[in-house]
Amino acid sequence: MATKTDIARQFIEAIPHSKALGMRLAEMGDGAAVIEMPYDEKLVGDPETGVIHGGAVSALMDTCCGAAVMSHPANPGGTATIDLRIDYMRAATPGQSITATATCYHVTRTVAFVRATATDDDTENPVAAATGAFTVEGTR
Amino acid sequence: MRAPRRKPEPVQVVKQRRDATLRALVEGVPYIQYLGMQFERKGDELTGVLPFDQKLIGNPMLPAIHGGVTAAFLEVTAIITLSWTYLWEDVESGAIDTAALEAGGLPRLPKTIDISTDYLRSGLPRDAYARARINRSGRRYASVHVEAWQDNRNRLFAQATGHFLMPQRRD
Repeated sequence: MATKTDIARQFIEAIPHSKALGMRLAEMGDGAAVIEMPYDEKLVGDPETGVIHGGAVSALMDTCCGAAVMSHPANPGGTATIDLRIDYMRAATPGQSITATATCYHVTRTVAFVRATATDDDTENPVAAATGAFTVEGTR
Repeated sequence: MRAPRRKPEPVQVVKQRRDATLRALVEGVPYIQYLGMQFERKGDELTGVLPFDQKLIGNPMLPAIHGGVTAAFLEVTAIITLSWTYLWEDVESGAIDTAALEAGGLPRLPKTIDISTDYLRSGLPRDAYARARINRSGRRYASVHVEAWQDNRNRLFAQATGHFLMPQRRD
């Protein structure tokens, strides 16, 4: 039988833009998610260094935060981003994939508050951090 | 006595320099090309254009543009507008080396420190436009506000405020 997580995974991997960026859902459940995005030359923001563009990291963060909200038991439906703030702490190392980890740290009937970090192989030093508010849908 | 005023340059010379600089900024970045973004220029005013494409979809049921694409579109518009403003004086004076630019010598770009995006409406499967306003630009840091809309200029679908680290001039 397909679990809620299986359905959510299929849903996320079916998002055209997430698929285009090669995102792969590693873990998901109970209001948390981990998504990996492989290094790709088409995502480069600085051709001199080969560093991935911040915009691609934003796409990964947004998808990962959305997945965390969708996996929360209090959110039976889908979700939409209300706002998302991203802090870029350092350039991601060229050639390494980027992994985002998102957690819903508070969920009300209508809003989910989410935090996320993104790292490359050096997992001790995050590349970026995000905080956002997302809609909770399907309840009244 | 005042020094004699310099004769204005022919319009095509000025346009060529402006367009070559803008082209170098936009075409030199793989991710901007991947998104399919373009920039329209009227004098010094830039408008970012994101032609709709299937690969930009984030919610296939609605369908709606991916929130990450929207964030990237706003961020790219902010960075290109900042770079453009930063290079403007050199473009106008002719100090900029357009030959080097056209050969792929991309000028150094501002780096994003943080960016906060508000999603006001879902992005429809339509072309999107964005314009950035530089609220403060110092020697080191800049604060930029960006607005994005689709069919109607007065109905924004997203806005963002970002802080950027400016490239340091090589002396």
